[in-house]
Amino acid sequence: MQRRVHDRGGWPDAGPIDRVEHVYTMWERQTDAIRGVLGGKGLLRTDELRRAIESIEPCRYEQLRYYERWLVAIEALLIEKGLLTREEIDRKMEEWVTCRS
Amino acid sequence: MAAKFQPGDRVRVRVGSPPGHFRTPAYIQGKSGVIEALHGAFANPESLALGGDGRPSQFLYQVRFEQTHLWPRYPNSLQDKLLIDIYEHWLESA
Repeated sequence: MQRRVHDRGGWPDAGPIDRVEHVYTMWERQTDAIRGVLGGKGLLRTDELRRAIESIEPCRYEQLRYYERWLVAIEALLIEKGLLTREEIDRKMEEWVTCRS
Repeated sequence: MAAKFQPGDRVRVRVGSPPGHFRTPAYIQGKSGVIEALHGAFANPESLALGGDGRPSQFLYQVRFEQTHLWPRYPNSLQDKLLIDIYEHWLESA
């Protein structure tokens, strides 16, 4: 069987679990909200989100934090479903960066 | 359609890694356990994950495993059990 990167049960080098609670940052709350809205509108299912998260390239998966994985996965699904294009997302990001600098 | 297994039945978890999303972790695959309870039938998450309609729905069972069977050097009580939910298409009679 091919064990995938998210399938962590029994990894010998997994180490102890960090159980410390932390306050969610604004972008984490926004990520959760985007997911909630898309789910509520029937545009994104939990299992689709899981599939997209589990499809992140293993090396990148390890580098990303929990909600960063959500963001990457939501973006991939929006493009896959044709709701947004890569160009639209990149253009918006550029506008945003320009405005803030 | 009727559920294939009943509480008390011995089952073995299939080994596999289908593309997409599945909810049977690697550490449980190939292991033998006992059906503890039948939760009911649910849309198949493997289909939902790929944009499908989840049909045919799959029976979901709570399956009981001996921790010492799962982990060779299990350090705690020999009586400890793991209860985990497994869909019917991942189970075979043992």
